[in-house]
Amino acid sequence: MSERNVVVRMRDVHKSFSGVSILAGLSFELERGKCLGIMGGSGTGKSVALRHVIGLMKPDSGVVEVAGDDLAALDRKGLAAMRRRMGYVFQEGALINWLTVAENLALPLKENTKLSPSEIDQKVQEKLALVRIPDAGAKYPTEISGGMKKRVGIARALITDPALILYDEPNAGLDPEISRSINRLMRDVSEELGVSSLVVEHRVDCLRTVADEVLFLYKGQALVHEPTESFFRPKNTRLREFLGVDAADAQSPDQASS
Amino acid sequence: MFSEGSIPDWWPTLLALVAITSTLYTLWQLGGFRELLREAGARLALLAATFACVPHLFRRRRWFLHQLFLAGVMNLHVVGFVGLFIGMIISLQTGIELARFGQQDQIGPLVAAGMAREMGPFITAIILASTFGSALAAEMGTMAVSDELTALEVMSIDRVSLLILPRVAALAIICPLLTVVCDMIGILGGGFVANAQLGVGWNLYLDSAFAALSGLGDTIPFPKDVYTGLFKSFCFGILIAIVSCQSGSEARGGALGVGRATSRAVRDSAIGIIVANYFLTWVFYGGAS
Ligand SMILES: Nc1ncnc2c1ncn2[C@@H]1O[C@H](COP(=O)(O)OP(=O)(O)O)[C@@H](O)[C@H]1O
Ligand SMILES: [Mg+2]
Repeated sequence: MSERNVVVRMRDVHKSFSGVSILAGLSFELERGKCLGIMGGSGTGKSVALRHVIGLMKPDSGVVEVAGDDLAALDRKGLAAMRRRMGYVFQEGALINWLTVAENLALPLKENTKLSPSEIDQKVQEKLALVRIPDAGAKYPTEISGGMKKRVGIARALITDPALILYDEPNAGLDPEISRSINRLMRDVSEELGVSSLVVEHRVDCLRTVADEVLFLYKGQALVHEPTESFFRPKNTRLREFLGVDAADAQSPDQASS
Repeated sequence: MFSEGSIPDWWPTLLALVAITSTLYTLWQLGGFRELLREAGARLALLAATFACVPHLFRRRRWFLHQLFLAGVMNLHVVGFVGLFIGMIISLQTGIELARFGQQDQIGPLVAAGMAREMGPFITAIILASTFGSALAAEMGTMAVSDELTALEVMSIDRVSLLILPRVAALAIICPLLTVVCDMIGILGGGFVANAQLGVGWNLYLDSAFAALSGLGDTIPFPKDVYTGLFKSFCFGILIAIVSCQSGSEARGGALGVGRATSRAVRDSAIGIIVANYFLTWVFYGGAS
């Protein structure tokens, strides 16, 4: 029974690039409908971990399971079917530059489904409304702001109605105000659609808003993995250093009273 | 003329040494032999994958026509301009020699055959490689470093069918078409020089030029110099598109990587064109003597 409630499971995943070990025994589980944040310094392998979940990279050893299936055991068709139930939000958006926003959203439906043009159009409009940019369809990616690109990226990841959505640094390159609005959008998407999500991000604000649990990736392993509340009141020295907790204590009222 | 004794006997040894050193240096510059083989393999695989997608061409007609326009119309003037001067050069070079023997009437056939067989396909391909091919590599490279190609993979969209097929098909068609333009303008340019500088009449020049091109092939009842040239162009077009797309797709590391991929694409296209040119000429004309 409990087996079915785990959407993503990594077990002792190792990965190195030309001799440099990036993931060294990473293990975690993500439950259905939950949001797990992955925190860690630049270059610690957060993106690499995400790429394993969507099958862009294969582990040197260890197991990556999505919805109960071992990714390594899937053939090309099986992997494609699995990916249709996942959405991936890229750091820079990765929108196709020579297609309009609406065409970008329509592309996966046009290529991989038998939906009619009007049905596709309707879905595109629906997703644009969901990310609160209903009028952006005719614009090209080069004509819109960074925050709007993120929204389009999220809409594109959601276009196939996935059960799992992966965010790679959703706040990267955004100012604090736009970041907050993107974070609220991510939370709303999880709540409205009930999707599970995996968020790679090193900004505290983002994970405080969206994550149910947070994992601290350090030296290729999950050094700390706790519910969000307790994660940000860390006991682990390395995590305290990373978050700069000792400096932040003065501003945090609940810390001051304890 | 050289007499026997004027060449020192260490000369062949020196020549061999230079040849060996420059070959080794070239291989080293190309990033080693293994890398060369890996890249050739990747390009052949991409070629095969593109051929497998040919049935999708109708579905991709919008992008195909767009690329056709970009490759053809945007480069027409360059090909015409260069073709004109190439024709003039051939005419002048051969004309001066021929005039010494009073054989000016042979200028037309020489220019026509030279353009149709060799210079037209070659020059057109080199121009397309440096204009359109470099743009292709930069475009694919930008898509690679901004994760757009990864995004396509994540969405299970076949990038060969969506991106590469329309570009390869467009170049395969445009390259022969532009070659025809290059040939015609080149022959015309040769005529100007023959007429103005070497005193050959227009009628004689054009009649002899087109007469020279009308020799039919043994197996294909079509002027051989023309169809072999066009077939070469067709191959060059595919070669440029495949090499450029493959180099671009492998770009890593931001704008710098895109720049590197672009220069690699032009370099490898040019080398590929020259090597392929030799072998195609050998296939068509090698056994004829
Ligand atoms: N495809 C790859 N080939 C070689 N090295 C890679 C590759 N992908 C990532 N790396 C290396 O792995 C390390 C972690 O990268 P990444 O996961 O992108 O870090 P981040 O945590 O900032 O997202 C980096 O040092 C990077 O050089
Ligand atoms: Mg990253």
